Amino acid sequence: MSDETTSELKKTPLFALHEELGGKMVPFAGYLMPVQYPMGIMGEHKHTRAKAGLFDVSHMGQVILRAGGYQAVAEAFETLVPMDVLGLKEGRQRYGLFTNDQGGIEDDLMFANRGDHLFVVVNAACKEADIARMKAALEPAVTVTPVTDRALLALQGPAAEAVLSSIVPAAGDMTFMDVATLDAEGVEIWVSRSGYTGEDGYEISVPADQAEAFARRLLAHEDVEPIGLGARDSLRLEGGLCLYGHDIDAETRPAAASLTWAIQKVRRAGGDREGGFPGAAHVFAEMADGPSQRRVGLSPEGRAPMREGVELFAAAEGGDPIGKITSGGFGPTVGGPVAMGYVPSDLAAPGTEIYGELRGKRVPVTVASLPFVAANFKR
Amino acid sequence: MKYTEEHEWLQAEGEIITVGITAHAAEQLGDVVFVELPEVGTEVTKDEEIVVIESVKAASDILSPLDGEIVEINEAIVDEPGKVNDDPEGEAWFFKIKPSDLSPMDDYMDESAYKAFIG
Repeated sequence: MSDETTSELKKTPLFALHEELGGKMVPFAGYLMPVQYPMGIMGEHKHTRAKAGLFDVSHMGQVILRAGGYQAVAEAFETLVPMDVLGLKEGRQRYGLFTNDQGGIEDDLMFANRGDHLFVVVNAACKEADIARMKAALEPAVTVTPVTDRALLALQGPAAEAVLSSIVPAAGDMTFMDVATLDAEGVEIWVSRSGYTGEDGYEISVPADQAEAFARRLLAHEDVEPIGLGARDSLRLEGGLCLYGHDIDAETRPAAASLTWAIQKVRRAGGDREGGFPGAAHVFAEMADGPSQRRVGLSPEGRAPMREGVELFAAAEGGDPIGKITSGGFGPTVGGPVAMGYVPSDLAAPGTEIYGELRGKRVPVTVASLPFVAANFKR
Repeated sequence: MKYTEEHEWLQAEGEIITVGITAHAAEQLGDVVFVELPEVGTEVTKDEEIVVIESVKAASDILSPLDGEIVEINEAIVDEPGKVNDDPEGEAWFFKIKPSDLSPMDDYMDESAYKAFIG
């Protein structure tokens, strides 16, 4: 994104509020987004785990798919993702992956059964390609409609339920991965109980012209602070959650990405609706044979963060790199460095000792179970 | 007190110079989470990378402002890197150097020049 000039960057409906709150605005996926506020990344991270943080995620893509009824749109969507879409109950959401002909991951996403239609949320950097993919594959039987008149907010942390319930009481009745259309004092909001931090919380789609007022109502609560992209990244890293384009990409298949849990049995080899998505044969072959490399959590020894790109080695001296770190930094809740990366499958067991090369020195790294910080969902 | 364009401050006391980073630099770095200092007794040359600082955002280096020998380091900021944000121009000094050549000191900025430099 370094070639972007500020004038080409898009602004979310909360841009003026970010500036008023002292947000440090940076280019991200074609948008000017707050990377941090005056509290700072460390403070924002810890506040979200202790109370509640408000994130602007309006840069992400919201898309509605319709085809006469849920069953028809679900059947169509199953041709693009290896997930059980048909079996998803009304008012429920699921994590998904778009695959390509080689079984590589084109994007990760959330999709929800909202009764008569499918609601999809995709990554900002991939949204144009995702919309084009869905239109090319599914139209005209399915109508693919990007939602461009709504902001998307995330309210995350142990106080999120109490805060949102104080404005929208029904939000408290939802459990993890529920979705609902609720009334927030006359404003129609689309709520899911989910997020990208490992904490309990909500993602809330709000009409663009009501977004600032709604955000101000949430921020008026003493437990809520605005949180930038910096803490969003460290929170999701501690939560063991993938960042598309870093931990997973078009060359990564689900088994290597340690994401086979997201492929329900009914779509797997031997299932009632086996395959039927792009690259299914490659995805199944890798699941059967085992990937040569796989994504793992990594705990570097000492205090020095190991960031994306750091090469991993089997021994303290000599040998070729065996893998590399795809996301890494300091975990404020862990109180030390945390990372994710790819290692050969025979070195992927938690507890395995390997090395990362930092400024020419090999530093011990232990393969760790993910997440680093236990999830705090309301199930 | 003298200042470098690398946002270090230098405080002379007899023939020893104490070096740290400015409050402006600490703010720009964000929360510091890791500091690696040179060993006492190391002979260093001007502009050599001798300190590594990692913040929540990124890694950066500190260059030696002078030729000389490292005579003391501040282990407290290795144990508690957050001190660099709390008191960068006081308690969180980085190292003390015994310079073999003091002439670069004349080129470094005084406080008013540094204030103008950072705008």
